[in-house]
Amino acid sequence: MQSSAKYLTRKGWYQTAIIAIIGGTYILGSWVLNFDNLSGLMAVPRAFGWLGINFQPTAKSVEYLPKIWQKLMQTVLLAISSTVVAAIISIFVALIGSKVTGINGFVQLIVRGIASFFRNIPLVAWSMILLFSFKQSDFTGFLALLLMSIGFLIRAFMEIIEDEASETMLALKATGASYFQVIFQAVLPQILPSVLSWILYMIENNVRDATLVGILTGTGIGFIFDLYYKSFRFDAAGMTVLSIIIVVIGLELISNQIRKVIL
Amino acid sequence: MLEVKNLDKSYQKDHPALTNISFSVKPGTFVAIIGPSGAGKTTILRSLNQLIKDDNGEILLDGSNIRSANKAQLRKYRRQIGMVFQNYNLVERLTVIENVLHGRLGYKSTLAGVFGRYTQAEKEEAMSLLKKVGLEDFALQRCSELSGGQKQRVGIARSLIQHPKVILCDEPIASLDPASAQTVMQLLKDLTEEYNLICVANLHQINMAKKYADQIIGIRKGQLVFDEAADLLSEDILRTLYDQDITKELE
Ligand SMILES: Nc1ncnc2c1ncn2[C@@H]1O[C@H](COP(=O)(O)OP(=O)(O)OP(=O)(O)O)[C@@H](O)[C@H]1O
Ligand SMILES: [Mg+2]
Repeated sequence: MQSSAKYLTRKGWYQTAIIAIIGGTYILGSWVLNFDNLSGLMAVPRAFGWLGINFQPTAKSVEYLPKIWQKLMQTVLLAISSTVVAAIISIFVALIGSKVTGINGFVQLIVRGIASFFRNIPLVAWSMILLFSFKQSDFTGFLALLLMSIGFLIRAFMEIIEDEASETMLALKATGASYFQVIFQAVLPQILPSVLSWILYMIENNVRDATLVGILTGTGIGFIFDLYYKSFRFDAAGMTVLSIIIVVIGLELISNQIRKVIL
Repeated sequence: MLEVKNLDKSYQKDHPALTNISFSVKPGTFVAIIGPSGAGKTTILRSLNQLIKDDNGEILLDGSNIRSANKAQLRKYRRQIGMVFQNYNLVERLTVIENVLHGRLGYKSTLAGVFGRYTQAEKEEAMSLLKKVGLEDFALQRCSELSGGQKQRVGIARSLIQHPKVILCDEPIASLDPASAQTVMQLLKDLTEEYNLICVANLHQINMAKKYADQIIGIRKGQLVFDEAADLLSEDILRTLYDQDITKELE
């Protein structure tokens, strides 16, 4: 009793301390950077005002639509294809790297290392690195998204396998089933819904990221946004942003529907 | 005949989970293993089909030692030993009959098993076993849609289709309501007689053990303290086994 009361008091102190540290860091940071909080805050509505006026698509911007639409589809397809390829690679790697289906401790360590390496290099850095070898092309964007997605999906799939498949796996092992029989008859069917759900999430995410990558690699929707923006055709750039938002929301609605059916 | 001789196991050095466990079970016998939590019941059961590698001893099934089997031989032994789990351990997304057929995987070539190709005879047997456990109308239902008691009966059918000599049950009724628990225990007892099986069940319910088991094995701190016919289980023994009075449990 005594010690649990003590524990709770101590926890309260920890929380206060953490909040104080975060607050202190912020204040120190603004002071070092000469950041004027008040005028920073005031600038936000002005920025939105400027956006609202300049980025408003006009009747004339509708003529950009076919071009925007074509590039947008290109980007969506890029995101989907990179995610699907990443998922296929990741599922195999996750199977040999997870604690329950893995080959051995050494392989598990390597797989974890690779996944975290791919995951922790920022997407923009991947794009820049790959630009050297593959120049400005769709393939560069594809690869950057692929590597990033592999990093995330390996980790996610390993956790799904460990959480959801270990019990059924044990049951089939006990019947005398071989490794591959257990994988195909128990593990894969068991984890399928969660895996699909992660793939859908990754596709949504990659559509957004593909836009950014496109600015760097000079392809897809990112490229034409960049083009319109730098040539001061703000209305067309606004139209591009609007289209992106619509497509992203649309994709999210579709994947929510799919999730409802499969789960 | 299942014989366990001088079985030892420790997960960590100097912390033995099992010490010198020996017992034997004749076909057609329902054995209950009882004992407090952490006594080592699950460890014994999983050693019997080598899901856990024990350290020392012998496990003989009809005279041949399972412990010294290589990988391929172990598969052959395992398919003669069915296993039933507390949490059923079914593939929830698959249908009832698919889960039952999983019990045949140990007999199939890797490829046939991977693609789930079963013979007509196997499918018919699965159906007749489902009838036996009272689930013939559920064959094409997903397991996730079943109740706990029904899932456990699917698990039992899955072990029966292995044509086992032994069925191991780790707390088969711990997640079930009293009525389903009675059904499952009665089913296990009937099957033991009908197929002349060795059925080994870890149980926490002493009254259930007394009611259904022929033989009772008591484990305490990794040691065997009792191994007799079920009606010889006395108050005194229970007191040493659980370190306290549990008179009420016996009624
Ligand atoms: N994987 C493991 N690693 C380390 N120690 C373990 C492991 N599994 C079991 N043990 C230990 O071995 C001992 C026996 O455990 P076991 O699971 O066999 O007990 P049990 O009789 O089945 O208990 P319960 O009735 O709670 O299921 C316990 O002390 C437990 O802490
Ligand atoms: Mg246990």
